[in-house]
Amino acid sequence: MTAVPALVVEDLAVEFRTRSGTVRALERVSFAVPKGETLAIVGESGSGKSVTAYAVMGILDPAGRITSGRAMLGGLDLLAASADQVAAVRGREIAMIFQNPRTALNPIRTVGQQIADVLIRHANVPRREAPGRAVELLRDVGITDPARRAKAYPFEMSGGMCQRVMIAIALAAKPSVLIADEPTTGLDVTTQAVIMDLIGDLARDIGMATIFITHDLALAAQRADRIVVMHAGHVVENATTAELFARPRHPYTAELIAATPDAAASLAALASIPGSLPDLRRLDLPPCRYAERCPRRLGDCDAALPAAPAIPEHVVACWNPLS
Amino acid sequence: MTALVATMRHARYVVSENPVTGLSFGLFLLIVLAALFGPFLVPHDPLASNTTMALQPPSAQFWFGTDQLGRDIFSRVVVATRLDFGIAVASVVLVFCMGGLAGVAAGFFGGWTDRIVGRIADTIMAFPLFVLAMGIVAALGNTVQNIVIATAIVNFPLYARVARAEANVRREAGFVEAARLSGNGEWRILVFQILPNVIPILVVQMSLTMGYAILNAAGLSFIGLGVRPPTPEWGIMVAEGAAFIVSGEWWIAFFPGLALMIAVFCFNLLGDGLRDIVDPRRRT
Amino acid sequence: MPTLILKRLVMTIPSLIGVVIVTFLLTRALPGDPAAYFAGPAASTEAIEQIRKSLGLDQPLPVQFVDYVQALVRGDLGTSLTTGQPVAAEIAARLPASAELTLLGLLVSMAIAVPLGILAATRPGSMIDHACRIVTTAGVSLPVFFTGLILVYVFYYLLGWAPAPLGRLGIFDSPPPTITGFYLIDSLLAGDGTTFMASLKQLALPALTLGIFALAPIARMTRASMLAVLSSDFVRTARACGLASYTVVVTYAFRNAMLPVITTLGMVFSFLLGANVLVEKVFAWPGIGSFAVEALIASDFAPVQGFVLTMAVLYVALNLAIDLLYGLIDPRARMDA
Repeated sequence: MTAVPALVVEDLAVEFRTRSGTVRALERVSFAVPKGETLAIVGESGSGKSVTAYAVMGILDPAGRITSGRAMLGGLDLLAASADQVAAVRGREIAMIFQNPRTALNPIRTVGQQIADVLIRHANVPRREAPGRAVELLRDVGITDPARRAKAYPFEMSGGMCQRVMIAIALAAKPSVLIADEPTTGLDVTTQAVIMDLIGDLARDIGMATIFITHDLALAAQRADRIVVMHAGHVVENATTAELFARPRHPYTAELIAATPDAAASLAALASIPGSLPDLRRLDLPPCRYAERCPRRLGDCDAALPAAPAIPEHVVACWNPLS
Repeated sequence: MTALVATMRHARYVVSENPVTGLSFGLFLLIVLAALFGPFLVPHDPLASNTTMALQPPSAQFWFGTDQLGRDIFSRVVVATRLDFGIAVASVVLVFCMGGLAGVAAGFFGGWTDRIVGRIADTIMAFPLFVLAMGIVAALGNTVQNIVIATAIVNFPLYARVARAEANVRREAGFVEAARLSGNGEWRILVFQILPNVIPILVVQMSLTMGYAILNAAGLSFIGLGVRPPTPEWGIMVAEGAAFIVSGEWWIAFFPGLALMIAVFCFNLLGDGLRDIVDPRRRT
Repeated sequence: MPTLILKRLVMTIPSLIGVVIVTFLLTRALPGDPAAYFAGPAASTEAIEQIRKSLGLDQPLPVQFVDYVQALVRGDLGTSLTTGQPVAAEIAARLPASAELTLLGLLVSMAIAVPLGILAATRPGSMIDHACRIVTTAGVSLPVFFTGLILVYVFYYLLGWAPAPLGRLGIFDSPPPTITGFYLIDSLLAGDGTTFMASLKQLALPALTLGIFALAPIARMTRASMLAVLSSDFVRTARACGLASYTVVVTYAFRNAMLPVITTLGMVFSFLLGANVLVEKVFAWPGIGSFAVEALIASDFAPVQGFVLTMAVLYVALNLAIDLLYGLIDPRARMDA
């Protein structure tokens, strides 16, 4: 890890206030992504992957509250900055693409206009030139007949094409960090690969750091340089992809790998992880939120979570890791 | 039994969560009491005129003042509750039967029944509802009974649609299939399996439309349809007081109008509250 | 867009047929003697018989229906017993007064309700949100004639700001030359500021009454749909793109949120056209509503029937306009056509 980090997240904690109690959605979440690299955040649904991204982007639901942490983008702490400062950086320095691209685009505005909106706001493109630049961007993301497509509405396009449009919007201002939240969910398998290739290629072109959020460990293994494994709002393990697969140290990571179809020798060997995510509203949550599902639980597990060093090579939040 | 207990518990939760709903339950009881016992409780004869006491402002003797004929407005407002409430209840019960049955039949049988009921509902909806009600009362004859019928007819599409939707989703439901397989005829299924499931939703609909029914009836009598003077009724009392507003005798129109407003407000809140109890999913 | 217009026009045909059948049935197929209705309460037996003949009521029902439709096509709505004038001419002369009042009422309520709903949705839990909730709950409970009378009492009797509630102009004002029939527009076209102000003063209270009446459903719908849109995926995208909050709220959220509000306008118009009758009675407004009320009291049926038909046709036309407006904003509706 010699490269300069593009984004560093440290000790992030997020709560949601609901009718039925406070959900402690994230605790002590830390990771960093260097320029030009791809970091995957992997976990089951409900593990806090998307909440992490939303917190960093400053687009949390109004019920959500960031209770601690820093998110350093260059010299700016996104979590401490004013709303205007963050809005000026979003889309310019740090961009995001979402799952379900068809609903993520404004249904009654042409895709060309939607790209132009971002260009005018962030890329210092004059209003008159924006539509033309939008067409160029559509061509860059591999849309055929971009001039005609720019005048189309999202409902007239396929999901894959909408995701290309999303990518064009996100990369319009050539940001230094891209967060891709399950960008291939809802797309068919061949389109998935194409979209992932496209994101990879474009990221390489502008030397951008990519944070790739997925529940699919196999996909993360193919695309990411480093993988952060999340469970119930905690980062349980953080290692380079090769290291993680060669020597998983957290019991949960090991179970995840065993449960990945690619890793299993046959369907019979495909393991499922016992138990489910704990209810994060509980007041008696154990320090390690995996403890109640863990086959390697020790007495220490109920005392505290091991302190994680800031940005080392291989982090594991476990008192009794696999060796 | 356990279902009833659960409903009661949920009802208590809704009332405690939302004191406004509790207030509206209280108001509702007051209205029902006034409708049942009003004529026996009022201090003055609502029809007795006394020209020496005409146009008196509210006082200890006449709480809401007197009108141009010296009649006690408080007594008239209280006594009118029975007629206004009665018209609203009658019209809502009538449309509950007409719209409920037509809608359930449309949703359950589909086909032509569905098309005919749908067409009737669409045609009614093509009119501004109050205007249609005016036309119906004018054509059927200027009586209270016809106000009830007109109010029921303009509400018909609402009930028919709700009932149709509810019956339609249940047409192929497991318990209906089970009843069918055990040899029950379609009509039997309709009456014993579908109707009981649709009725709670329609009851909520009834309380939601009670307010509108009262407003509609009072509007019709305000323009001189249905109720005839000197019968005490809120709409016609406001109409009688309207002429005195410009000369400053505000109380003649104000109190019956206020009673009308409170009744409608109460029914609207009650409807919302009842919907929360019957259908917790739709809570906002 | 032309195909959309054509398609919507075709879709109104069943409604219009339904409206014509219902208005026909209201007069002919009901219990009682329609000839007696049309002849009025004071008519003699011979007069009733004569009316029966002249209206073709002695013919079989289908023949009567054909006659009725033919008369409608000619623009013949019968003759008013009380004034002796053709109903169609009376309605045409009075329609602008009603239209001006209703449209201004709608304008007033939109001008208040839409910003209120948006502010409430963008600041949940704030004072303005609570204000919006009170307005929407209390607003639907207000009998429109009662609101009108209270406004008259406060602004005419107590404060003396408004003129007497007696029609479109004061006794000493003369109406502007008729171009559109809307006094506000006609007086402006004639460059007559005095008449403009006079008619505006007369319009203010009845329009406000109607505005308050329509406030609740519009504000409620604006708030609800704005809340839904603000939590939608594409607004999240717009915010993640760092678009200025004005762009997010107005260009992205507001335009989408207006779609359900426009749909609600159909229902609002149904209520407004009905409320219009009551407001016209309160303010002695010489529109078609008070025309119908006068005829109702006199048991003069032809004007009532003409009024119901006119209102229904107007309502169908308004719904058509709403559909087209929707299509103008939403490209998906255009594509369906």
